[in-house]
Amino acid sequence: MKVKNYEAVFIISPVLSEEQIKEAVDKFSSLLKDSGADVYHSEDWGLRKLAYPIEKKSTGFYQLFEFKASPEVIAKFELELKRDERVLRFLTVSLDKYGVEYNERRRNGLGKKSETKTEEVA
Amino acid sequence: MTLMNEPVNRQENRKKYCRFQKHRIKYVDYKDPDFLLKFLNEQGKILPRRITGTSLKFQKRVAKAVKRARQIALLPYVADGLK
Repeated sequence: MKVKNYEAVFIISPVLSEEQIKEAVDKFSSLLKDSGADVYHSEDWGLRKLAYPIEKKSTGFYQLFEFKASPEVIAKFELELKRDERVLRFLTVSLDKYGVEYNERRRNGLGKKSETKTEEVA
Repeated sequence: MTLMNEPVNRQENRKKYCRFQKHRIKYVDYKDPDFLLKFLNEQGKILPRRITGTSLKFQKRVAKAVKRARQIALLPYVADGLK
């Protein structure tokens, strides 16, 4: 099957300790790696305020993964996210060529700058 | 004093344009809620393209990005005084 680019964002419950959060993140990244995915970037957004309460919680730890995988891996990954009680919400998105390009710029810290600049002009 | 209407110094009616096409932005990121806020009203509703001037192609992408941002709790579904 053809390998595609994906990115996954998930929110981990804020009631956990830092170690438990790290453990949860490691679990999912190792799950991806074990099923043959190439996780080339992971980002920790830290504790953020949610726009609306989820499971009566108003904050959550955000984690982002960017990876290359075949589509069968996603179902397995999402099932595991669903089963885990520590995860409040998740979103997996497949990226097109523009998305990959944008994420590359975002990682280098250039994407955001140029965008805000252009917006100022507008 | 005349009854003639005085010319109103209105600014020239600038034509609306699509900011994505003008600045060659090809990807609308759902992870950037501050940017998406420009396409929402006070209640968090998506503004129509007749107001923002966004082209159809990018309006669809904006709508998708806003919906994704709502799903992952970066933007609210309903709000009061969002801006």
